[in-house]
Amino acid sequence: MAGHNHDHSHDHDHEHGSELSETQLRVRALETVLTEKGYIDPTALDAIIEAYETKIGPRNGSVVVARAWTDPAFKKALLEDASKAVASMGHMSRVGDHLVAVENTPQRHNMIVCTLCSCYPWEVLGLPPVWYKSAPYRSRAVKDPRGVLSDFGIALPKGTEVRVWDSTAETRFIVLPMRPAGTEGWSEEKLADLVTRDSMIGTGLALNSGEVR
Amino acid sequence: MDGVHDMGGMDGFGKVEVETNEPPFHAPWEGRVLAMQRAMGYAGAWHIDHSRFAQEMLPPVTYLGASYYQRWALAMEKNVIARGFATPEELKAGHARSPGKSLPRKLTPDIVGAGLSRSSFYRQQQGPQRFQPGDRVRTKNIHPATHTRLPRYARDKVGVVEMCHGCHMYPDSVAADRGDNPQWLYTVVFTSRELWGPDTDPTIKISIDAFEPYLDPA
Repeated sequence: MAGHNHDHSHDHDHEHGSELSETQLRVRALETVLTEKGYIDPTALDAIIEAYETKIGPRNGSVVVARAWTDPAFKKALLEDASKAVASMGHMSRVGDHLVAVENTPQRHNMIVCTLCSCYPWEVLGLPPVWYKSAPYRSRAVKDPRGVLSDFGIALPKGTEVRVWDSTAETRFIVLPMRPAGTEGWSEEKLADLVTRDSMIGTGLALNSGEVR
Repeated sequence: MDGVHDMGGMDGFGKVEVETNEPPFHAPWEGRVLAMQRAMGYAGAWHIDHSRFAQEMLPPVTYLGASYYQRWALAMEKNVIARGFATPEELKAGHARSPGKSLPRKLTPDIVGAGLSRSSFYRQQQGPQRFQPGDRVRTKNIHPATHTRLPRYARDKVGVVEMCHGCHMYPDSVAADRGDNPQWLYTVVFTSRELWGPDTDPTIKISIDAFEPYLDPA
């Protein structure tokens, strides 16, 4: 996937210098007050952060996609009720009741956005990347999705329908990307390596068989 | 409200810039903000729609200039103060000066999984489902000054109901502290030409999830 390499300092110019320390101080003050008031337990915060840093990431979604590629009954169940199908795999934190899987085909490419805030299927994809929450993506995805895809180095055939899902309620969407050619007989684990985060948002495609690490 | 958060279709923000190998958090305070939000949500201090509305009410310049987790922190401060969980003086001093209000529950490390699980937004239906998949609907031309989840670009437009997701708590009501007021929720799909005019790429379709009060038959 083509992308732009940006280091953190460039992306967060506004957090430099005194403003950064002001944010740090304000967040620390907020945590101290909420803790002293008895509302929160800092060790629970540690555990939440650790979970997002180590357990809750796009690998969860990749495994779901790989299963759908290899097990037609699971794929059918996933497209009918993704919450139930994912819960049946039992390996990740509860996804809630409102997950919908949408399937890419040669005729239709799906793309997920939240124009109003940052709604994203966290349980299966982890924390949303900064670009997903950014004004350029949120503003353009619903009006010029092919232009957005070209920012990601993706050019779809002209006739392919592009379907954009704006997550304006509590429903969460995950894209089921197309299985790459030349992967017949691959194990679920090997297939999961082809399923990138962006391919499940719809701003990318699954890796080709030759691209697997 | 018609704020800058409602960005769908706006021009001028530039290209989407992707950071390769992006870490979960860019600074430790970002993780603290996220985790505090989860913990306060679990405790029942406020609802996610209150957090969204508090962000939307930030001055536009602040909203656009702040990073994502800075916005969350600012919104959290607003809710903490507005809902009486602490005073501005306490936040300024960085210490509590009086005991906290009582909350329904508290997130502790042994049950942290519960704080990470998404709750159900389903609610008991209050009336019959008005629309079925395949029905043509027109979104209302509404501009409430309060929180709504009907984006501006999809107001007063004709679309087709594609799915019904059952009855959900209604954000417009929740954010205004008027209770769950459950409503039927539908995926409604529009053609690009309906939303963006005759010159747009006709291969594009856009859907929103719309609560029943946003819709009229078309």
